[in-house]
Amino acid sequence: MSASATILVIDDETQIRRLLRVTLQTEGYRIREAETGTLGLGEIAAQAPDGIILDLGLPDMDGTEVIRRLREWTKVPVLVLSVRDGEEDKTAALDAGADDYLTKPFGGRELLARVRAIMRRSQTAGEPAIVRFGDIEVDLSARIVRKGGVEVRLTAKEYGLLRLLVQHRGKVITHRQILRELWGPNAEENTHYLRVHMTHLRQKIEPDPHNPIHLKTDSGIGYRLLEG
Amino acid sequence: MSSPSPTSRPDPDALLASLKREEARARRGRLKVFFGMCPGVGKTFAMLRAAQQELRDGTDLVVGLVETHRRAETEALLAGLPIIPRKEIAHRDVRLTEMDLEAILARKPRLVLVDEFAHTNAPGSRHPKRYQDVVELLDAGIDVFTTLNVQHLESRADAVRQITGVTVQETLPDSVFELADQIELIDLSPESLLERLKEGKVYLGDRAAAAAEGFFKDAHLTALRELALRFVAERVDKRLRELRGAGPVNTIWRSGERLLVAVGPSPSSTQLVRWTRRMAAAQGASWIAVSVESSRPLDPEGQRRLEQNLTLARELGAEVVVTHDEDVAAALVRVALQNNATQIVVGKSLRPRWLDLVTGGNLVDRLLRTSGPIDIYVVPAERVAEKPFGWLDWRPTAPSPAREYAETLGVLAALTVAGWFLTPYTGYIAIGMVYLLAVIALSLRVGRGPVMLAGVVSALTWNFLFIPPLFTFIIAKFEDGMMFGTYFVVALISGHLTARIRAQERHERLREDRATALFHLTEGLSAARNLDDGVFAALRQADALFGAQTALLTGEGGGLVPHFAGSFTMTEKEAGVADWSWRNRRKAGRFTDTLPSAEGFHVPLVREDQALGVLVVRVLPTSTLTLSQRDLIEGFAAQIALLVEREQLRAVGEREKLLAESDKLHRALFDSVSHELRTPLAVITAAVENMPAATAETQASLVSETRAAAHRLNRLVGNLLDQTRLESGTLRPRLDWCDVRDLVNAATEGVRDALAGHPLEVVVPDDVPPVRADFSLMEQALANLLLNASLHTPAGTPVLLAAGLERGGARVYFTVADRGPGFPAEMRERLFKKFQRGDAARAGGLGLGLSIVRGFVTAQGGEIVVGANPGGGAVFTVYLPHVMPKAPPPE
Repeated sequence: MSASATILVIDDETQIRRLLRVTLQTEGYRIREAETGTLGLGEIAAQAPDGIILDLGLPDMDGTEVIRRLREWTKVPVLVLSVRDGEEDKTAALDAGADDYLTKPFGGRELLARVRAIMRRSQTAGEPAIVRFGDIEVDLSARIVRKGGVEVRLTAKEYGLLRLLVQHRGKVITHRQILRELWGPNAEENTHYLRVHMTHLRQKIEPDPHNPIHLKTDSGIGYRLLEG
Repeated sequence: MSSPSPTSRPDPDALLASLKREEARARRGRLKVFFGMCPGVGKTFAMLRAAQQELRDGTDLVVGLVETHRRAETEALLAGLPIIPRKEIAHRDVRLTEMDLEAILARKPRLVLVDEFAHTNAPGSRHPKRYQDVVELLDAGIDVFTTLNVQHLESRADAVRQITGVTVQETLPDSVFELADQIELIDLSPESLLERLKEGKVYLGDRAAAAAEGFFKDAHLTALRELALRFVAERVDKRLRELRGAGPVNTIWRSGERLLVAVGPSPSSTQLVRWTRRMAAAQGASWIAVSVESSRPLDPEGQRRLEQNLTLARELGAEVVVTHDEDVAAALVRVALQNNATQIVVGKSLRPRWLDLVTGGNLVDRLLRTSGPIDIYVVPAERVAEKPFGWLDWRPTAPSPAREYAETLGVLAALTVAGWFLTPYTGYIAIGMVYLLAVIALSLRVGRGPVMLAGVVSALTWNFLFIPPLFTFIIAKFEDGMMFGTYFVVALISGHLTARIRAQERHERLREDRATALFHLTEGLSAARNLDDGVFAALRQADALFGAQTALLTGEGGGLVPHFAGSFTMTEKEAGVADWSWRNRRKAGRFTDTLPSAEGFHVPLVREDQALGVLVVRVLPTSTLTLSQRDLIEGFAAQIALLVEREQLRAVGEREKLLAESDKLHRALFDSVSHELRTPLAVITAAVENMPAATAETQASLVSETRAAAHRLNRLVGNLLDQTRLESGTLRPRLDWCDVRDLVNAATEGVRDALAGHPLEVVVPDDVPPVRADFSLMEQALANLLLNASLHTPAGTPVLLAAGLERGGARVYFTVADRGPGFPAEMRERLFKKFQRGDAARAGGLGLGLSIVRGFVTAQGGEIVVGANPGGGAVFTVYLPHVMPKAPPPE
């Protein structure tokens, strides 16, 4: 992990900013802070941070609006902080271009794991051709999935689903994002297709499909691949 | 009738009345009357001099109205006194000026001067009489100085007329004069007055000038002076006795006597009322005036006079009772007994004696027969210029239509023709019998007039055509004479009796109608679901019953608000009248003494000294409301007042109940929230403060305590927020296809730490279909159920979470079962209410968990039930409707 990565924290709560600073500095990140969305956007334009932690409840503008604006010119990874019960806000933020979210109150370890996950993509120049987790091996270039060295036969949709999750591993992908990706923009409401394919996929690659450890459900929002 | 001795214990009612009077007096302004024997003695002069003195003493006084009659010395005294300008009232081309009552009330001085107490106001003023203005001023707490001559006193008006021969037009009720706190007699010897008169110092007024010749005679003046002096002396004497006696009780019941006077529409009744008042005053007795209304309607003129007489009685201090009966004597005795009257006063009948025979005795005879211990006074009526009449005057009152007369004559003619041919066979006696039969038969069909006509005509025809000698009115035989006489009397009596029965029937019907009307109203009102319904029903009924337009105004805040159900849209003037009626708790408008020029009859809705509103009834200016109709309207008003009061009480009660309930909830919430919030905070605070000094081992346990406390706080806040979300109605579940297994996994993961002490068994069949649910709401509902199970069951007992498709496939179920103590059946429904904690609940929890679960489940269209786990423990089951999803398109 590069020690020079800079993370911008946009949150109006001093105590949260202080906590994030302490937690992230121990991991070697450099921290910049902004109290409002406007200041944050200025900071992003001027300093080009490597990652952003954004609180959705800002005094001057909606966090989702901040994401929408910064996505107009930068692909900088964004981790959203939100409160429980805010499923709609979270989904909206993710659909607007946030990379992942974290619900308050959160633990320090969880925070660092999420930050690591969102920073990974921007750090590695190109995706590795082969991704491994558990006893699963996904060869993205050859479109081959192996479980314990044995090739697993997946349908096209199942493979598409797995590929998406692998590409964004560690981060949440919303139902909507997946549906749009796999079925096109008109299928965003057909979430039950997704359930069916996910069930099949779990049965094919999870050690215990009833208690998945890799293909996790993110309540009411989407799925997340854990390398565990 | 026993009369309580003056020293006996005061009657509580009388005591209460006297207390009320005292109270009223305390609030009232004080009235001082400058009293004289006739114009010109210097009353106004004396009043102004007293006012100047008051002004020097610093009293805030104004001149409401003073007539100086341009006398220099009087006008000089007026100088320096602040004067309220008079109000101009236009009345038919003439501009009259009157005292500006409103301006004075608005100005609210300490003292106001009002000349000529007995003055009659110009039409269109608020009150017809100036003394009513004065009473209103006194009621407003303003002191009043006023002037009065003895001839204007109602009870002395007769005496003055007898002395001087001059009828006094403007009179003042004695009861109003009784209000005076102080009377200053302005005395002047007749010689001095005549002297002043000669010097032209006395203004006589235009009208009085003509009468002056007769009025200002030495002998007259002496008599008037005597009258005035005696009146004041009597009053002083009465006051003295009051003060010396056993308290104020004896002012009413001192003699234990109570007089009852029968009042009719005749002018002689007016004298009768005055006579009774004098007698009552002399005996120190109270008195009541009774009017007996029969089914025979009075003509408008009679009605007006009757009301005048009753008003007079009321003004003279009588209690007025109006009752309905065909038999005047019976009614009088009944009212007398009801009201403990000891004496009945009636006028001497002026009608011929023979009529008494027909009508079953005159009033006095019948009263004497039935009155028992009650004394009867028969007062001779003075012959008044117009035709005398009392209640039993012989006159057709319900005028029969001409058709009935024609019918009667037709029947008689037919009988006569038939009789003419039949006589040879039957003899003339039988014809008489047939005539009699016809008269009686007719009385069943036609009114009193035609029956009497039939009686007379048939008698004469029989005599002329049938009784020998024929074609003469002479009766030859003695038997025939007897026969004829008997026939005549029988015909008349039977006709009269039948007519009377019919009248009584009609009257009964009328009474029944009234009773029915009130009954319907009461019934309608008590059935009314709310005030609006009731008012609507009542007003429509009143509209129909009185052929009138009605309006109801209710007092809200500081003013009157018209009810939408009213059919009478009131002008500003009418609203003013209603307002007056409301504030003064008295009837006003048409048919009353206050603002009689108004269109509507305004009756306040009074309940226990509080006016809740005003009922306004308006009939066309050409029609009128009879006394009994007005009675009924007052009955209506009383019923509506009850309804309004009921509604107000109900509203107050409801508000209080609601307040008490929410207060209780708030307290419970506050107590338990503060406890629930403080406990984990205390743990965190203590743990964190101990941390630096602790050994590595202790630190680890402090950290785990802190974490547990933080989780607990988080849960608590979450619950409070969820409950708020549920109650605010902003909860909108986003139903989507959810994997049942996902749901179960998410829920169990969330409470894994809390469930640590309980082995958890999860049973979900492989083939369970996806369910339409809001993932996070469902996840929280299940998590709450699991948490509950872990919190309320002993450590180590198992918890089961099962889900699947119900048999029959209509619903998807989620079951959480424990092996804890379970719930008694009677507690099960209560469980889901807010702030309900199980009886055996260990410390912790706001009692919101299950309430939230039910809220969330219901929001998703599901339901939750609680039951007993066979073998011990509780089972919560959540049902969600099952919908079959479309299969995904084949790949």
